[in-house]
Amino acid sequence: MNHTDLEVNRQQYLTFLLRDECFGISIDTVREIIEYAQLTTVPLMPDFVKGVINLRGDIVPVIDLSIRLGRNALELKNRTCIIILEIPFEGQRVVIGAAVDSVNEVLEIGKEQVEPPPSFGARLKAQFIQGVVNVEQSFVVLLHGDKVLSIEELASLIENVKPEKGRGENV
Amino acid sequence: MMDMAQAEQIFIEEAQDLLQVMETCLLDIEGGDATPADHIAAIFRAAHTIKGSAGLFGFNTVVGFTHSVESVLDKVRDNKLQMDALLVSLLLDCQQHMAQMIAALSYPALAVNAAQGTFLLEQLGTYLQAPKDLAPAPVAAQTAAADAWSVDVAYGLDVFRDGMDPVSQLSYLTTLGTLEQVSLQYSFPADFDPESCYLHLQLQLKTGAGKQKIEDVFEFIQESSQVQIKPPLTVVEQLEHTPLQPEKLGQLLVDAGAVTPRELEQVLELQKQQTHSSVGELLVQQGAVPTAVVEAAVNRQAHQEHKRASDFQVLKVEARKLDHLIKLIGEMVTAGSANEMLISQTNNEQLQEAFSSITHLIEQIRDGALSLRMVQIGESFSRLKRIVRDVSRELGKDVELDVVGAETELDKSMVEKLSDPLMHIVRNALDHGIEPVDIRTYRGKPAQGRLKLSAYHEAGAVVIEIQDDGAGLDASRIRAKAEEKGLISSEQALSQEDIYRLIFEPGFSTAAQVTNLSGRGVGMDVVKRNIEELRGQILIDSELGKGARFRIRLPLTLAIIDGFEVTVGDTHLVLPVNMIQECLEFEHAELVEDRNYLNLRGDVLPFVRLRQLFQLPQPPASRENIVVVQYGRSRAGLVVDTLNGELQAVIKPLAPIFRSTHGISGSTILGSGDVGFILDIPQLIEYACSTESAR
Repeated sequence: MNHTDLEVNRQQYLTFLLRDECFGISIDTVREIIEYAQLTTVPLMPDFVKGVINLRGDIVPVIDLSIRLGRNALELKNRTCIIILEIPFEGQRVVIGAAVDSVNEVLEIGKEQVEPPPSFGARLKAQFIQGVVNVEQSFVVLLHGDKVLSIEELASLIENVKPEKGRGENV
Repeated sequence: MMDMAQAEQIFIEEAQDLLQVMETCLLDIEGGDATPADHIAAIFRAAHTIKGSAGLFGFNTVVGFTHSVESVLDKVRDNKLQMDALLVSLLLDCQQHMAQMIAALSYPALAVNAAQGTFLLEQLGTYLQAPKDLAPAPVAAQTAAADAWSVDVAYGLDVFRDGMDPVSQLSYLTTLGTLEQVSLQYSFPADFDPESCYLHLQLQLKTGAGKQKIEDVFEFIQESSQVQIKPPLTVVEQLEHTPLQPEKLGQLLVDAGAVTPRELEQVLELQKQQTHSSVGELLVQQGAVPTAVVEAAVNRQAHQEHKRASDFQVLKVEARKLDHLIKLIGEMVTAGSANEMLISQTNNEQLQEAFSSITHLIEQIRDGALSLRMVQIGESFSRLKRIVRDVSRELGKDVELDVVGAETELDKSMVEKLSDPLMHIVRNALDHGIEPVDIRTYRGKPAQGRLKLSAYHEAGAVVIEIQDDGAGLDASRIRAKAEEKGLISSEQALSQEDIYRLIFEPGFSTAAQVTNLSGRGVGMDVVKRNIEELRGQILIDSELGKGARFRIRLPLTLAIIDGFEVTVGDTHLVLPVNMIQECLEFEHAELVEDRNYLNLRGDVLPFVRLRQLFQLPQPPASRENIVVVQYGRSRAGLVVDTLNGELQAVIKPLAPIFRSTHGISGSTILGSGDVGFILDIPQLIEYACSTESAR
């Protein structure tokens, strides 16, 4: 196996935590990581939309990744941060933020280390999972960034939200 | 090196522009707005250029067809053929056929009607083979003179001695164009010197080259001889088409190729001595140009503002570059307001003053940059002219089209997306609206139907109206049809307006018989969808038997708006300033609980509590304000917490995941760096109404 084969067969993943679960996402889609700072709430949005941020003049929506993956909402701590990703959509790259509890490190993982997703037990939609790797005796679930944050799917989820949820109706 | 595909694309775009010019000109002639003489040159040029460029790419069918068109146009131009109504009509058909051929180049799937092409060629042929129609020779000679340069050279005695040869000059002239009526005069004096030149040359030169080119031929004998080059009368028409801002007469003539820079310089020098004479007078005196040309140039100067849109010189810029520039300017505006805010807190008057001039400049740059994206809606309207003409002919109806406000400006991308909806509405008006002549006469209406297209600005929006004086919408028929189609139930109570809106429902069509123009039940729902995609609204007014009016309201979709910022809780909202009528303190005491209207100086003002509508979690502020907004013909109040004043808001489109928001059309970054949401007032009120009725 020569050098280039090694390159092709190894991928870099950014790992992060949602509570005590560790996930990884290919760094190809990651643009940057920023501190969790003041978010502006967008009216009439479902819970998984945390709001929008001003990222150096661009207005970027931020998704609560924990809710998106079917878990409880994030609790803000001082290590909470936002991963800024670029997701392909209609021939363009759309910038979107995903709020997570903390970011760990960038791992280089060989293809042979990646095991297929478990058929159940991950408490995740199967199409979100690219695979699972065992890193230092603990499992890291590798996510398909463009599936988890599929612009089309998020947009239709927002579209189907019934506005009369009763939030704030107690005025 | 540009690749072929790209070059081809440019050719196609250019050809389409030229065809557009051709069409507009022909329609003007047909409609009596212009004489053939006004436009023949432009029409000919268009055909000629298309033929030439198509030849470069080897599009032989286009070349072949266009060649015949051009030949006929050439005859018209030379006054050998009268441009009558029949010919105009034929040329319009040819124009359409050419458009088809050009379109087929980029979409090979589009079939070109070959039979139609052959038919048109035959028709053109009859014009080309009619020698009896030819004007008699003297007229031809006159016209030949009219479009030829006249060159008059009185050779100096030393020409031969200087090594110059008139024969080589003549032969060089033939490379520029065709020589006509060459006459050589000579007068030999008694002391004849065989080495001296006694010649006087006069000739007519037909050429596309400018005066400078011709003058260059005689460059080396300028000193020793007298050379006079007079432009042909066609320069007059060229002058009429020179696009420019207020410019000096001399420059105008140089641009048109009637005068060379050298001549202008001489005359300007002369003018310093004869201050009372104008440049034009001096040029005529000097024999540089005939009076007619100067007159044309003077007219041209005076009538610049009346120029047709199609004649403006344009610079094509990639949309991407423009968008980038506008984005940067948007950021500059945002940074400017951030600075302004900080500076206003400093109490440093000098600094504040200095910055206010920057603010002023920023505003001007902003407006200038935005106007780059704006185009006149007239372009779309002229396309509709053609449709009105063709459709009314097909239907055997006589319809007069009135266009008002063609100069109203709109974002380029909107104009493109508008053309289909407008076309549908116009076709419907012609097909279903305007009655056949016999019915119109029976109803006591003028036999000629009227269709009026108008565009104007109204409170931060562009309104486009399509009004006809036809039969109007028949509410009872529409209702019956909708019930039959199961769109509504028979007990449903609907206002007149609601009933009219049913025509926008998918699958709705009242035409008893399907024509090939409309009545297929597609169209009006597409119209509504397209307009809504542009965040616009469509409204219908109609009076049975009198006519109907479709009003399309569109946001200007400028990248930047003059906004008014308010807050509700910690949400910042920006309203378009021109929709705001007034702001008042919201007096809770005056209200009966749960009643959403108040008494504004005797008028009922319905209002919306934005906190409630947007389901914002914070409790209401102790003091609230109400912003009274006007949209179209309605008024409403919006209850907010604080009023923060005016600002320039750079519209940032919402991320694609927010494609379905309620009442929010975009976002912006405020001077403080916070994100604000720009409200779409009509949509917001519509949403408020729908949540209220859902209760």
